[in-house]
Amino acid sequence: MPFWPDRHAAFGAAALQPGGAMPPGLVDPDGNPSPRRFAVYRNNVLTGLANGLAEAYPIVRRLVGEAFFHAMALEFAANHPPTGPLMFDYGAAFPAFLTRFEPVQSLFYLPDVARLERAWLEAYHAADEDPVGADALSSAGAMDLGGMRLGLHGSLRLVRSAFPVVSIWRANSGEAEGAEIPDRPETALIGRPGAEVTLRPLPHGAAAWIGALQAGQTLAEAAEAALAADPQFDIAEGLAGLFRLGLVTGFRPEAA
Amino acid sequence: MQTPFPRNSLPPRAGVGLKPQHYAEILQTRPDLGFFEVHAENYMGAGGPPHRYLTAIREAYPLSLHGVGLSIGGPGRLDRDHLARLRSLIDRYAPGLFSEHLAWSSHGEGYLNDLLPLPYTDETLNGVCDHVDEVQEVLGRQMLLENPSTYLAFAESTWDEVDFIAEVARRTGCGLLLDVNNVQVTCTNQRRDPAVYLARFPLHAVGEIHLGGHATEADEAGHPLLIDSHDREVDDPVMRLNSSVIARTGPLPTLVEWDNDVPAWPVLLAEAQRAEAILTREARDAVLA
Repeated sequence: MPFWPDRHAAFGAAALQPGGAMPPGLVDPDGNPSPRRFAVYRNNVLTGLANGLAEAYPIVRRLVGEAFFHAMALEFAANHPPTGPLMFDYGAAFPAFLTRFEPVQSLFYLPDVARLERAWLEAYHAADEDPVGADALSSAGAMDLGGMRLGLHGSLRLVRSAFPVVSIWRANSGEAEGAEIPDRPETALIGRPGAEVTLRPLPHGAAAWIGALQAGQTLAEAAEAALAADPQFDIAEGLAGLFRLGLVTGFRPEAA
Repeated sequence: MQTPFPRNSLPPRAGVGLKPQHYAEILQTRPDLGFFEVHAENYMGAGGPPHRYLTAIREAYPLSLHGVGLSIGGPGRLDRDHLARLRSLIDRYAPGLFSEHLAWSSHGEGYLNDLLPLPYTDETLNGVCDHVDEVQEVLGRQMLLENPSTYLAFAESTWDEVDFIAEVARRTGCGLLLDVNNVQVTCTNQRRDPAVYLARFPLHAVGEIHLGGHATEADEAGHPLLIDSHDREVDDPVMRLNSSVIARTGPLPTLVEWDNDVPAWPVLLAEAQRAEAILTREARDAVLA
């Protein structure tokens, strides 16, 4: 009878249970069970996962403090271990966990800051793509511009929040250390067209416009959505900005 | 058994584990090092800075690819998707060596991100050999298997660790990665003599050495308990053990691992130079002999 699958399952379960009993069949050199020794494994597992989370969410960590973050991350790790060996991808469920985790309920903006950090990390690891310049669009001159759909860089993310998430991020990331945080909703544009991740606030109209383009709408449809959100939105400026950021990777006419 | 797979190699010099904190400084200063080693899983993202930097560093240095997520010691099947990812990483970066651990980290649908121990029995020996065979088959090359750090033993074990490892190498034709710090940690924790462990170790199969730092604690009985923490300099006794190994094997690619509390680049470089001095001395003595 194979015994290893059972031993292995018991070991894995015990490694994720802070304060639980040690699994059977493990002994020190005198043949005795040693909870202190088993605790090394458990600590390596849980602390390793918590440290992975700390690397992925540096701003949340700073907002709640190191010690609090570590305790919270241990709680998350014990209940949400990774589902695969790619640790840079660990913690997608952390923002949702924060919306339920009782001790941080008064920090109502925290889950949105976590969503922002997650989007930043996804952009960082996204596939490399070559942008196209605005001249490519003008050389397609004769075509119906309004019927065009833009191909956007795969790293592009929009994070919409009822809170000033971009200002909070900047004031805690070293980008605008200690700057005053306005009381307003903010939407973040995140992308990584080259080597560096870009993170910036988007005005209301631009957010609606890029959201529509991302959803595959034509330039005409996206313009309508943008103007409905903000009648002052300047489409020419928006387009120039997207090209300048290197976040347009192609375009195709409606008919195609 | 002779391995049916090509034996790849690195220069018999000192190298270091590549950390993102050091990317820029390495590319600016181009230190005189034998190779860099990376954890394969950290380079399995689609794109971005990790690949940019690794590509630039690979253009200037030999590379060793070290897996931490295959769970070769686990009872389940190997993760086919993960093997395919390893295969494409090897195709992309053409590393001199690929190594993995005699350990496991997958637990059902979950992943525990640590190198956990296995019992040494006929049952697990067959399982590990099947896994190593599959890895070498899919990757189309020889792999090196690393000896573990352990804190406890399985009461059911019927094989000695060194015999178990030697038998895996004999049956599969895999090479071995000898982590000398792991020898010191395991032997202290299992109350064995590291010199005896090394005297019995199949050194002819060793293709690479690992050195790292460990922490010293104690168990509830007051016995020393060494923790494989990779967060400090290599302990002097470990360096001496390494000298004794190199005196027998001749110079081998030797990696300094420092994965936690990563120091400034010059500190890590100095550790590599300490390891390199042992290799240089041995090469010189061999010429004089």
